[in-house]
Amino acid sequence: MVLGVLARSLIGAIGLIAAATAAEAADPVDIAIGYLGRAGVPQTLSPLDQPAADDGVAGAKLAIEDNNTTGKFLNQRFTLLDRRVKDDEDAAQAANELAGKTGFILADLPADALLRVADSLRGRGITLLNVGATDDRLREQDCRANVIHVAPTRSMLADGLAQYLVWKQWKRWLLVTGSHDNDKLFADALRRAATRFGAKIVEERVFEDTGGARRTDSGVTLIQRQMPVFTQKAPAYDVLVAADESEVFANYLPYRTWDPRPVAGSAGLRPTSWDPAQDQWGATQLQNRFMKMALRRMDALDMQAWMAVRMVGEAASRTNSGDAKAMTDYLKSPNFTIAAFKGTRLSLRDWNLQLRQPILLADGRMIVSVSPQEGFLHQVSELDTLGVDRPETKCKLQ
Amino acid sequence: MLMKMRSPTGRILKAAPGSKPRPCEETTVDTAGAVQASPRVRGEAGLHRRCNPGERDSPLGLVPAAAPHPNPLPVKDGERERTADAATGRLHLTRGRIGKLRDQIPTRAAFAALLLSAALSLATITPASAYVAFVSNEKGNTVSVIDTDSWTVTKTIKVGQRPRGIAFTRDGKFVMVAVGDDDTIQLIDAKKMEIVDTLPSGPDPELFAQDAQGKTLYVANENDNTVTVLDLEKRVRIGDVQVGVEPEGMMLSPDGKILICTSETTNMAHFIDTATRKIVANVLVDARPRYAEFKSDGSELWVSAEIGGTVSIIDPAKREVTGKIKFAVPGLRSEAIQPVGISLTKDGKTGFVALGPANRVAVVDGTTHEVKKYLLVGQRVWHMEFTPDEKYLLVTNGVSNDVSVIDVAAQKVIKTIQVGELPWGITIAQP
Repeated sequence: MVLGVLARSLIGAIGLIAAATAAEAADPVDIAIGYLGRAGVPQTLSPLDQPAADDGVAGAKLAIEDNNTTGKFLNQRFTLLDRRVKDDEDAAQAANELAGKTGFILADLPADALLRVADSLRGRGITLLNVGATDDRLREQDCRANVIHVAPTRSMLADGLAQYLVWKQWKRWLLVTGSHDNDKLFADALRRAATRFGAKIVEERVFEDTGGARRTDSGVTLIQRQMPVFTQKAPAYDVLVAADESEVFANYLPYRTWDPRPVAGSAGLRPTSWDPAQDQWGATQLQNRFMKMALRRMDALDMQAWMAVRMVGEAASRTNSGDAKAMTDYLKSPNFTIAAFKGTRLSLRDWNLQLRQPILLADGRMIVSVSPQEGFLHQVSELDTLGVDRPETKCKLQ
Repeated sequence: MLMKMRSPTGRILKAAPGSKPRPCEETTVDTAGAVQASPRVRGEAGLHRRCNPGERDSPLGLVPAAAPHPNPLPVKDGERERTADAATGRLHLTRGRIGKLRDQIPTRAAFAALLLSAALSLATITPASAYVAFVSNEKGNTVSVIDTDSWTVTKTIKVGQRPRGIAFTRDGKFVMVAVGDDDTIQLIDAKKMEIVDTLPSGPDPELFAQDAQGKTLYVANENDNTVTVLDLEKRVRIGDVQVGVEPEGMMLSPDGKILICTSETTNMAHFIDTATRKIVANVLVDARPRYAEFKSDGSELWVSAEIGGTVSIIDPAKREVTGKIKFAVPGLRSEAIQPVGISLTKDGKTGFVALGPANRVAVVDGTTHEVKKYLLVGQRVWHMEFTPDEKYLLVTNGVSNDVSVIDVAAQKVIKTIQVGELPWGITIAQP
């Protein structure tokens, strides 16, 4: 450990000397990127899902390193300004503090807080990159011209899952929804997906959150009695689809359903933008770099932050500039695409500034599949078979 | 009914008694060295189907005869069509709009006719001189050896983990193969066809380039943003160069003075002076540059961008992009066009570009940079190599586990050769 720290400071010192030498030639263009995140992490049912304290921001840090490797050839230097907001703190206030120092702020905030921040920064030439909120309304009726969405929407996630279940011919779903608002929103997206792709929800059930701890010493005994009973007497179904963003029950379902059926949605086969098991399309290199830097594996929020910072880096190298206006214009132009180890180029939907991206389907151990599934066609981009498409959008960017 | 069969990896698969029929493996119909008529299923990497015992007995070796196929795959425009007959449970393969020799197998009769025509064509395509091609199989951890006279695999050599970049040494005595997950380059004795030594390549080697004398080897190490320089005679590491994120494509200029290294996440072609081992220029290209190739007279450098979907034409003297080759295949989504391997004829008049999951090789006019033709090959086409007489171009198809042979003059795919799992790189011995 001590050696590691010493080595790091030595490398840092060498880095400084190198930077100083470069500075004599020409001052590098400094590009600061803000990260506005939540303080504290949510509780999860499985200890394996428990996010690290640097969840998200670690991805941003890695992308800063990657941008700087490229930046040394272009005389550009990237830095990250990390600012966490507590639940009782005003996110808009925190954003305004960052606003003086940067043209780009990554935001991992709940939908309402994100909207307050977006509106308070309006007209100041600052672009927010939403890396955390999956709410469809932020890309629809509540869309904003100064927010680029890197995180996928609930409807993109639900569609990615639905395409696979339909391909697999698991078309009869038992939908179990949690009692919190976010769970209901995910259930809405799943219902929409079922209708779009020809699945049938044979019955819906609600799992009420009656409080209680996520983990207890004798938890399993009780759960083993509850879950089979909760899922019995269901009409014939192929797959149980759970909508439980609040981490109340979904992970209790696999192997405990009354009928022997697979579970998907918030447990079992989960749709996600990234997974530690993703190693296709050169992802191994990214996963290795992340592991080396963060000493843990890379999750979806880390990846969303990585992509957001890489987008800013890409804009800087393509425009050969650190000017926020020029860079934002590039990001919003049809020329913008980015590689993100998902087997295809990603681009922005110009009608709501949502990043088009494939959705991975992961079971917690492996990547089971990647959507869009073959055969789901689209006249513009097959990635637009995921989520709300242009003709359906309610977004008017302003 | 067979009670056991071998999987592509050589493991013996046993069926549990009473197990239900599953969708069957994409079986390749081996016609004893003739055209390998392989009814393929388009799909992603990993979409392999395996047969239950007995399923290979079905006419095309494709489907269980007992149950309807559960997943009829939808039709893609411009691709071959595939439908399932619910009554018989058999798959019917019909010609897509772009019919190719190996796709034309709608019926058993036609299939027989195909075999006949293939046998006839075989008689006419036997090359004057035979060469030996070595193909690295990324997933199989093997190298397949192909004889270009009989167009058959004559030997399969077990190598280390994840073999990708592969090349003969200049003296033709050894084949170097980068085994990324073992962090080394293995040396295969080309005569004995066995591994005899390893090179200290640095972590996760993928592609490499050697100088004309065969003395110095430059290796891209994807994991630590480095190009490692090796002395090939002493087999020791003699230096390294820091480059962009995820170095991949490696190519020396014909005069040997400049080494090109492409970095996949930095999106640049780095020009490295081989005398000083310093970067002298960085040229920004499109996203995820994977391969670089010079014209033999050094007048042009072509760099493929897998995710960007283009090939950048770079003027090596000015060190700037002077043009871009763009690709469009009717009926195919543009994201599927992912250029990787490039080969240019010695006269510089024709270029071939592998388009990855577009399953095609583009034929490009070397002077005007116009795309002349798209040749349908196997799935996820990666890299390619000419036979030394430049009569044939062999390309590796990463998902369909085979190598397509292109007749260079006729600009036609004439053969498909089954190799190991997920073929990636290819090298052919010089006479």
